[in-house]
This record gives sequence, structure tokens and C-alpha cells, in this order.
Amino acid sequence: MAESHGGAKGPAAGAHTGAEGGHGGGFPPFESSTYASQLVSLAIFFVVLYVVVSKLALPKVGGAIEARQNKIEGDLNEAQALKDQSAAALKAYESELAAARSRAQAIGNESRDKANAQAEAERKALEEQLAAKLAGAEKTIASTRAAAMSNVRGIAADAAGQIVQQLTGVVPDAASVNAAVDATLKG
Amino acid sequence: MKIDPIHQFNIEPLFTLGHIGNQTIAFTNSSLYMLVAVAIISILMLASGTQLVPGRLQSVAEISYEFVASTIRSTAGSEGMKFFPLIFSLFMFICVSNLVGIIPYTFTISSHLIVTAALALLVFFTVLIYGVAKNGLKFFSIFVPHGVPGYILPLVMFIEILSFFLRPVSHSVRLFANMLAGHIALKVFAGFVAMLGFSLGALGWVGGVLPLALTVALYALEILVAFLQAYVFAILTCIYLNDAIHPGH
Repeated sequence: MAESHGGAKGPAAGAHTGAEGGHGGGFPPFESSTYASQLVSLAIFFVVLYVVVSKLALPKVGGAIEARQNKIEGDLNEAQALKDQSAAALKAYESELAAARSRAQAIGNESRDKANAQAEAERKALEEQLAAKLAGAEKTIASTRAAAMSNVRGIAADAAGQIVQQLTGVVPDAASVNAAVDATLKG
Repeated sequence: MKIDPIHQFNIEPLFTLGHIGNQTIAFTNSSLYMLVAVAIISILMLASGTQLVPGRLQSVAEISYEFVASTIRSTAGSEGMKFFPLIFSLFMFICVSNLVGIIPYTFTISSHLIVTAALALLVFFTVLIYGVAKNGLKFFSIFVPHGVPGYILPLVMFIEILSFFLRPVSHSVRLFANMLAGHIALKVFAGFVAMLGFSLGALGWVGGVLPLALTVALYALEILVAFLQAYVFAILTCIYLNDAIHPGH
């Protein structure tokens, strides 16, 4: 490394060794003749660096970092807002669903009650109708029977009158025959 | 052949800029590497884009920014951020020039005490002037620690004042000595490899393995030191500035 170093800087190093003889070949950091040059260059370049850093570099990089920070925060806020919105929508959906369910139940109950009531009314009407028909029929039967019974009396009286005539040869008194028939029928 | 570990620190004038008194002001190899450091920092910070999702170069720029900013906030508080450009410039200038200087055949700016002393004095006077301008005479209360018994106060004050004025010395010598010693050690061990190889033949080739391994290890260490010394310089600057911002503490 040492040799190639010398080789790479051959002419310059040679020239320098000559110059070095002038100031005794001392320790370079303590050669005061180079101080002025170094200080001037340092002042120039450090001031340039300071201006570049303070006026251009730091505002630019700081701005980029801040912009990213703001973007991330904005995105997070937006995500939070969207999340809240979707939660609200879910809640609204659920409450609507519950309301619809209860409404459906109410409608079901109502229609069932209505159907029941209608069926009940129809049944009652039918029963009344049947009862009326039954009563009519019973009345008819009773009158028919009464008629039949009165016919039977007449026939019985006639038959009794005939029988008495046949047996005795005397035509009986109609009133006594009727009385006798009635008494028999009652007995 | 002979090892010349000092040669790498030579200042070589490239062209003359002018004269101040009897001093010749030249554009030297040191000036060239200062230019290189400033150019690298400018390119890194300015050409790296401002994308939402950063690329590699932009990430490096933003990590540097955040690193220096968090260092200042943790040592000097948020008020220290008004010195952000200064501390960022110091840190990046020293870090980049140290890292460039570790590449073989390059020159290391901070291996010269005059440069590190100038930077340390810049910090020293910034602290002194800002501290007095902001706090007035209260600034000098940093020399009077709280809770010290009266009879040893003069001694403590003497030590505090001495250490305050020795700050630029330790601040500059630490960086200078680290860079100088590291480069000399690297050069010496690397020189051993070449010397053994050229002088002892096949045996030297085998023997050169050890110094070569040491050179590699030292090189890794020097990369760490190059960064670490820039960080130490920056964090000491923050601590010194903290005195100027909050002299009560």
C-alpha cells in the first residue's frame, strides 16, 4: 500500500519531497505554513455548506418528512372516519332490520286475529242458521204430530161408533163416543 | 523499502489563490477534499427527492436529518433546534470527510489539528456569544454549581472555569488524535504486509497474513471511529450549547 501510494502520486510526491526539504520535513499537522490555506478553505467551504444546509437541504428534507407525517395522519383520520361511518351504517341496518321484524310479527298477529274472528263469526252464523232450521223442523214435527193425533181421535171415534153399532145395533151418541175415546186416549 | 506513515498527512498545494501578508493562500489537497465533502453532502441532501415513499438516497438523507434532530432534542431540548443547521453541518462535514478519508489514497481533513481546532473554536464562541447574549451575566452561573459548600466553592469555580476554557482543546484534539492515530496505525500495519512480502519472499507472504488480518480489522474499526468521532463532536456541541440555552442546569 505504501509503495503503490507513492507510485500513484509519483510526480506530485517527488515534487513535494523537494518542497518538504524547505520546511525541514516536519510533522504535517504542525507545519504552520499550511495553516492559512487550510483555514481559508475551511471558512469558505464550511460557510457554503452551512448556507446550503440551512437554506436548502434542511427545509427540503424536513418538509418531505413533515409532508409524510401529515399524509399518514390524514390517512389515519380518514380511515377512522370511514370506520365510524360503516359502524353507523351497520347500526342503522340492524335497527331497521329489528323494526321490520317486529312490524312483520305485528302484521302476522293482526291477520291471524282477523282470520280467527271471521271464522268465529261465520261459525256462529252457521250455528244460528242451523238452530233456526232445527226449530222450524221441530215445529213442523209437532204440528204434524198434533194433526196426526187429532186424525187418530176422529178415526178412533168413528171406529168405536162402528164397533158399538155392529155389536149392539144401536147408533151411539156421538158425544159419548168422543168422551169415551178421549178418556181412553188420555188413559 | 520504508514505511512512511506520515506522508499521507502532507498538505500539497494544487494552485495558488493569493496572498495574505506574507502567507500564501493555496488551494490544497485539503481544500479539494473539503470541496468533495460539501459536494457529497449537497448531492445527498438536495438530489434525493421528496417522495412519499423514500428511495435509498432519500432514506439516507432523512435518517441523517432525524438522527441529528433527535440528538439535539435529547441533549439540548427543543430550543436547541435553532442550532440545527450548525450542528447538522458540523456532523455531516466531519462524518463525510472522515468516511471519504478512510478510502485508500485519499486525504483526511480532520487529521489536521488546525481544522478541528477551527471547528471547535467556532462551537466555543457560538456558545459563549449566544450564552451571554441570551442570558447576560446569568450565563456565568454555569461556573457556580448548586449545592457546593462555600469553603470549596472557589476551588470548584476555578476547575469549572478551567474546564470551560479547555473545552475547545479537548473537543478538537479528540477528533484530530483519533483520525491521526487511526490512519497511522492502518498505514503501519498495511506497510508491514508489503514489507514482509518484499523482503522475506515466500516466508514473508505467509508472515504477512497476520498484519493483513489486523489491517482488515483495523479498517472496520476505523469506519466505526470515523462515524463515532463525528457523532461525539456533534453531541459535545449539543451539550455545550445546552449550557448556553439553559445555564441554570
